[in-house]
Order: sequence, then structure tokens, then C-alpha cells
Amino acid sequence: MEQFKSPQNQNNKTNLAKKKKTSLLHKFRGNLKYQKYLFVYTCLLLPIIFYLGIRILPTLFTFNVGFRDWNLLSTDIQPFVGIENYVTLFQDEIFIKSIFNTLIYIILGVSGQLLFGIIVALLLHKINRFVGFFRVIYFIPYVTSIVAISWVFQWILMGNGIINDVLVNLGFPAQPFLNSPDQAIYVIIAAMIWQSIGFQMVLFLAGLENIPEMLYEAADIDGATGWQKFWHVTVPLLNPTIVFSAVIGTITFIQVSFTQVINMSMDGSGGPLNSTLSVVVYIYQLAFKQFDMGLASAATVILFLFILALTIFQMKVLTKKFDY
Amino acid sequence: MFKRWQLALLVILLSIVMAACSSDDESSANQEDGDITLEYWQYSFDSKVSLMDELIAEFEEANPGIKVKQTNFPYDQYNEQVAAQVPAGRGPDVINLFYGWVPTYVDAGYLQPLPQDAFPHEDIESEFFPLVEATKMDGEYWTIPTAVRTLALFYNKDLFEEAGLDPNSPPETWEELEDYAVQLTKADGNGRLEQSGMAWEPAQQGHHWLRDGLTLQASGQVLSEDRKEVVWANDPAGLEAFKYWLSFPSELGTSEQGFYTDDVTAFVTEKAAMNIDGSFRVGTLQNDAPDLNYAIAPLPGKDGLSTNASFWTNGITARVEGEKLEAATKFLEFLTSDDVMERWLDATGELPAKESVAMQDKYVNDEIYGPFIESLPFANAHFFVDETRERDLVIDAANRVLMEGQDPEEAFNQLVEATQKLYDEYWEE
Amino acid sequence: MRFRRLLPYLLLIIGSVIMLFPFIWMVSTSLKAPLDIFNLSIIPENPTLANYIKILEESMFIKWFMNSIIVALITTISVLFFDTLVGYIIAKFSFVGRTVIFILILSTLMVPTEMLIIPWYMMSSEFGWTDTYWGVLFPGLMTGFGVFLMRQFMEQIPDDLLNAARVDGMNEYAIFFKIAVPQVWPAISALGIFTFLSNWNAFLWPLIVIESPSLRTLPVGLSFFSSGEAESQWHLIMTGATISVIPLILVFILLQRHIIKGITLTGMK
Repeated sequence: MEQFKSPQNQNNKTNLAKKKKTSLLHKFRGNLKYQKYLFVYTCLLLPIIFYLGIRILPTLFTFNVGFRDWNLLSTDIQPFVGIENYVTLFQDEIFIKSIFNTLIYIILGVSGQLLFGIIVALLLHKINRFVGFFRVIYFIPYVTSIVAISWVFQWILMGNGIINDVLVNLGFPAQPFLNSPDQAIYVIIAAMIWQSIGFQMVLFLAGLENIPEMLYEAADIDGATGWQKFWHVTVPLLNPTIVFSAVIGTITFIQVSFTQVINMSMDGSGGPLNSTLSVVVYIYQLAFKQFDMGLASAATVILFLFILALTIFQMKVLTKKFDY
Repeated sequence: MFKRWQLALLVILLSIVMAACSSDDESSANQEDGDITLEYWQYSFDSKVSLMDELIAEFEEANPGIKVKQTNFPYDQYNEQVAAQVPAGRGPDVINLFYGWVPTYVDAGYLQPLPQDAFPHEDIESEFFPLVEATKMDGEYWTIPTAVRTLALFYNKDLFEEAGLDPNSPPETWEELEDYAVQLTKADGNGRLEQSGMAWEPAQQGHHWLRDGLTLQASGQVLSEDRKEVVWANDPAGLEAFKYWLSFPSELGTSEQGFYTDDVTAFVTEKAAMNIDGSFRVGTLQNDAPDLNYAIAPLPGKDGLSTNASFWTNGITARVEGEKLEAATKFLEFLTSDDVMERWLDATGELPAKESVAMQDKYVNDEIYGPFIESLPFANAHFFVDETRERDLVIDAANRVLMEGQDPEEAFNQLVEATQKLYDEYWEE
Repeated sequence: MRFRRLLPYLLLIIGSVIMLFPFIWMVSTSLKAPLDIFNLSIIPENPTLANYIKILEESMFIKWFMNSIIVALITTISVLFFDTLVGYIIAKFSFVGRTVIFILILSTLMVPTEMLIIPWYMMSSEFGWTDTYWGVLFPGLMTGFGVFLMRQFMEQIPDDLLNAARVDGMNEYAIFFKIAVPQVWPAISALGIFTFLSNWNAFLWPLIVIESPSLRTLPVGLSFFSSGEAESQWHLIMTGATISVIPLILVFILLQRHIIKGITLTGMK
């Protein structure tokens, strides 16, 4: 601890020498400010270097490539083509379709996982036996390999699979599920929700644990009912968690959709008829199947702006100041 | 408290920096000895990788001063791995590629033509099966294969007997194939398929069967001579083949996409009685299903016989030159020698690419490989400008008919038009 | 009344069945002989450990496992330290550039990592990081996710608590470690779980940057069992997936208790 005290002491001395007449309080503040700034900037130094070098610069590189005609396999100079890649993308029906699909993934998938995540966390919060046991069970899908589990889902959902057996026994017609352009995307969304409940559960549990018990006690004294407590204590205090969950849920959903779609869609690339194709999968195909880095980068820029707008929107709408 | 944290952090950072530095030393030390080291890349396929290790050891012994380093990546991420290293100026010297990818690689300037003094065109054309021309572009051969594969009909003998069919006379014509498929199909009371007479998966070999099998069998053509025009629809044979292909999952009701997840699984589990698949599947069947009682026959034909051929093929990358190029050429000559071809067949089940090696009696009369080798003289390897997208277009056309009820003729014309667009894009540059 | 008390249990049990069913199928498949995996029964008819033995004998499984542990541990420790610190600073200090830094860090989440592979590889190749541990783990040393998470939780710490400590003469480092960190243990534990998990499962980048078989991480090593063109050895894939899930469940069991621990500490203020 000594090493941090020495600059502080020096500072003290110089301050004393220069401004003999300033009040004690003022001196104390100035010293505190100096110490604060020192703390802030020394701590941020490494992270800033890291984020600039490893994340921001590569991102800017990608943005630059978006304005070029770049065949990934070619070592020739990549000519600057202006906004040609963007024009191509917006005339590309498949790209438009993938944006539309991504919206469906987000709207249904994120609200689904938030909803189930909150429900499970609240239920776990309510019980006092086997809590740890249930937590582990609900978390297991989240840690399970997507590749392995996608194969299991294919077995469960195929024409002769278990779910269709149940449907047929109940007198319903068998469903094509992953083989249908109308159903496949919803099946994949359901699988993604299944997998991410554990993630949201942990976040909400951490959030719930952060709510001081005394607030509930105070509400009890006021004679609040269960619902009132939920709406007036739990929801407002859970707000930072909800904002975080919604924003992160959206971002990870967009990214994770990649592995799920690749492994679950019938042709492994967003089929049938591109009905399950997400923007990230399409970007991947452009870059590494067609080697068109320019188009892929342009699509990345569009996706980036799309997520950015969405995040700002979510933070504006969801972040509210509550009076307790 | 925080001191411990800082200490831990310091240790981590230090060890990281050390790890980074030590690797630096290694890479610089590597280049100092006088040997030429060739980087050889192949996708990860157990029997090919271990055979290659053996071959490399022999090659190194016969050619002192040349070392070959084999690196493998999973099939699914193979192209990505190649692509990631290009901007960094790294990658293999000799690369094993699927022939359908070669035009894209050539277009990007990734490969260099095979040196003509070591691989004269006359020799290639007289010794190898003509299908290797699929990687001849701009008057140059860009790659050369050790082995090729053909598609044939796999059928389950037990299920044939169960359905009252003679397991020794497989279907030979389109009509017979339809007829057999129907007889081998079982459905439950709810219209769900219980046993498929004919596995049908456009994403697997199905699209190859349509292009190089059915279309040519009906005397149609997919591409013009100069490979610039998609002439698939110029002749009624194209549409006829397309409709016939689609009749299995539609009118005949013998097949279903995704039946028991995929065609291979369905065939292995005896849920599908027939499947069209490649010689490369034989090894898998022997390992995974040693008790499966199956046989192989050439593809049923119509006006004529035809089947699809495909191959993995070796090329030299563009920046290899001087002594290294000589070494790489030697390595390719070694890989395409008669002896290696025979061993390749034994180890991997892929057929020799040279006619004189393949058509030996011991192979032609082989119970398992015979039908594949018999098919080689009439096999065709479609020239792909973009294998993935051409495949996807066929799948989409099929799905528009099967799932959205589009008229087959309309779907077919859209397919041809969209494929033509890919060719126009490719050739315009 | 009794029903109301039992209802949560009932709902949780029904949910558990849905959550566990596919997982159990995966484990059961790993216990089947290659041919039996196509048999749809949940309970293996002839259970066998042959797949496990085969995988463990498989050249370098133990090595891959250790590589994954090393990579996941180092990144997790680094992320926990840096992200908590940066989250705390962004939440609790006002200084020039605060918003810009936060937005920049947050924006790093919005670019698919698939697209960063090319520049990362160029960088690694330039500095000689390819085919090293450092090459595998450097992109994960800090995450926008963690900074964002910690900022959200740090914001809830009352300013009075921190100022009181300052008045008491504690320096900023001590305040961070002794006052702020204990307040957000639940979030730190959650972050630890997520970070360990995402690095344990990381696939694409480790695959690209590693060439030597002995440096592969577990998911990369296991991906060689499913070579798309001719054979996917599903029994081995299921076995590998089952083995690789065990450390994750252990980490979760270990850390999840700290999510509750937060209660007592928050109650103290």
C-alpha cells in the first residue's frame, strides 16, 4: 500500500506550500480529485490499448474493406469501389430476407428468453429447497455443445421422430418442422430459447440477489400484495438487469444464431429456401464460401449499424428512473 | 488484498509475454537449415491422413533435402482456413482441393498452372480419365488428382428379398428404378413413411445425380462446350430429368428429405432400401455397419449411361518458385505415380485416376469397387464456377416445387436462369 | 395454501423434464455402440463405455483438455480483473471521455467475430503469435460483455458508501477491492461462469490460429471427428460433448453459490 501513498504525500506538501490560506476542506478535495484521475487513467490505460488494438482497429479495417472489391483468395491490390457493395446488397433478395429473418429471431427469441429467464429465476427465488439442484438443471442446456444437441433435435423433430409420434397419437397430422419453410425458423428459435434460459436465469438471479431484503419487508409493512411487490419493488430494482439482458440477449442472439442455424437447418446453410438464414450466416457465406470479402464487410457494417440503433433504442426505452 | 491480485496479474502477463516471445524464436530458427520444406494441406479424413504420412516418409527418403509437412483441417472449415491465411501471405505450397472449388481458386490467382515439362498435356490427356479436364482452364491444367470417385446405386439385399425382389438383379433403367422404389416403400396409416424405397437428399449426392447422371442419361446437356452457357433447358431432356428426379419425393411417395436425418443414416439403419452414393462411402459402411447386407450397381440409365465423378486434386500455389517449385513438382509426380494410385485405392477406397491403373482386372472384377470402376468411362464431372451456390440453387428449385407447390417447369427455368447468372458473373471478369 | 407453496416446485419439475430431455439423449447416445445410436430408445440396450475409451485413447485428448483449461482459466482471470475494474470506473467516476470509451467498448460487441478473423490472423502472423497459446487467447482477454455487465451492477452501489470510505482515508485501489467488489459478487460470479464457458467452447478462432495437433483446444480437436464429406462419427461427437460439458457443470456448481452469497454482503450496508 505504501507505493500509492507517496505521490499523495508529495502532493499534500506542494499544496500546503502553495496555497497556505485555502481551507482544509478545499485542499482535501483537490487531493482527492488528483488521486481519482490518477486512478482512472492508470487503470484504463491497458484496457484502452487492448480495445483499440484488438477490437476497434480490426473493425475499422473491416469497414474499409466494405468499400473495396476484395476476393479473399487473391493477393492482388483491392480496388476501391465506393458504395458499390452496398448497392449490390440492397438489391440482393437473399440479404433482405436475412435481415427480415434476423428481426424475427430477435423479436421472438429475445422476448422469449427474457420471459422464461425471469419466470425460472423468480420460481427459484421463491423456493427454499433443492434450489442449487434446479439451478444446475436449468443451466445445463446452456453449457451443452450446440453441434451435439442440434443433432438430437433433428432426431426428435424428424417425420418419424418422437414429437410427431405424440402428435399422431393425439390425432393431429404429422408436421414437417425443420423441413418446412414456414415452420423451420420458429423451431430453431425455440431451440435457441431452450438453450439460453440458463443464461438469463443466472443474470436474473444475480439481479434478484442484489435487491435488499429490507425493501420487501418495508412493502410487507405497508400491506402490499404479491403482485404489488413484484411491480413496485422487483421490476424497478431489476431494471438494470433487464436492460442488460435485453441488450446482451439481442447481441448474442444475433451472433449465436450462427452456430444454431448452421447445425439445425436442413441444408446446413439457412434452408429450406433461405427461411432460416440470418445475417451473420449470410455474412459468413459471403466471406468464406464465396470469398467476397468486400460484400461481407459491407454487410457487417450494415449489421453493425442495425445493432447499434437497436441497442440505443433499447437503452432509451427500457432504462427508466424509478422512485422507490 | 489487492496486492495479491496485482501479483497474480503480473504473473499472467509475464507468462503470456514469454509464451509470445518463445514462439518467435522457434519460427525464426526453423528456416535456417538447408532443407526445402513443403507445406502440404489436406482436409482431415483419417485414412487419407495416415496414408499420406506413410507416403511422405517414403518421398522424403527418396528425395533427400526435401521435407514435407502435412497439415489437416476439418472439411467444413477447410476453405476458411485457406482464406484466412491469404491476406497474411501464408499458406500451403501444395494444396489438396475438391475439384469443384478449383475454378474459384484459379480465378483468384491462388494457383499456378502445372509445369508443362513435368506434366505435358498430351500425357495427361492420354493417361488420365477425361474427367480431369474439369480443372483445365485457359488452356492450362491447374491441378492433378491421385484418385477419383464415381456415384453408383447402393441397395440393401435383405430389404430386396423382403419385398420379393431379386437381390442379384438391381434396377437398370429409370422405369425399373421407379418400380423398385415403390415396391420397397412402406408407410404407416397416417401417411408417414416407415421405410423409404429410395433415399433422396439433394444436399448430399442428389444434385450431382441430377446434373451428371439423369440429365446426361436422357441425352441432355447442362453446359455448353465452352462452359459459358447453361444449356440445360435448351433440350426437353433437362426438364424431363428434373421431373423424374422430383417424382420420388412427390408422385411416387417413396422418399422424403431429412428422412432419418440424412440419406446415409437412413441407408445404414436399413430405413432406406436404395441410395445413390459415392465409392468414398464404402469405408464408412464397413466400419459403422459391418453386418449390413448390401450390394452396389452402376446407376440405372435411360437413353444412355452416365454417372457423376468427382475428385480431390492437388495443385501448386501461385507464390511457389525456384527450388521449391521443383520440389513441389517432384512431390506431385510422386503422388500421381501408378504405385501410389494403387495404394490409395486400398487405403481410402478412391479409384485410380489413370485409366491403365484403374482398368486392371483385379479392380474391374472386384465385388465392391467393380461397379464404380465400370462406371468410370462414362462418368462426367460437372464444371462448377461456384460449387456451393450451384448446389443451393438446385436444392432451392426442388424445395420450391416440393414445399411451395411451384410448377416444376417454372422452377426448372428459374434454376437455369439463376445458374446462368453465376456463369455470367464468373466469365465477365 | 399448501398448493400455492408446492406450485413452484411443480412448475420447475415440468420445466426440468423439457430442459433435460435432449441432454439425456445426448448422454445416452454416448453410451451406445456405433450401430445402436440409430436406435431411438432413450435407455441404451447394450450400454458400453467403448466410446469413452476410444476418445481417451485418441492420441491427444488429455492434452486438448488441458489446453482448453489453460485458455479458459487465463482469459477468465483476466476478464474478471479488467472488466470489473473498467465497469467500476465507467459507472462510478466522471471523467473526460467516459461516454466515448463506454460506447466504443460496447460497440465491439456488434461486429461478428467471424469478420475479425482475417485482421486477427494478419496481426498474429505479423507478431509470430500463430500456433501459440497466446494466439488463441489474446482476443478474449477483455470483453465488452463483461464491462457492460459490471457497469450495470456497479451503478447500483450507493455513492455515499464510496465517499464515506474516501473520507476515512482509503485510497482508490482499496475502495475498489474492499468496498466495491464485495458488493457485486453475484455479478462477478456470473461473469466468471459466462467467460469460462464462452472460452471453453470457442471454436472458430482457435481452429484458425492453431496448426499443431498438440495445441488444439477441446472443441477444435473434437471437430476432427466430424469431417463433413464422408463420415460423421456421431457416437464420438456425443461422447466428446458429454465429456466437455463436465468441467462446465463443475465450474457452475462451484461458482453458483457465490451468486447467493451476495445477499448477506448487500444486507450489511
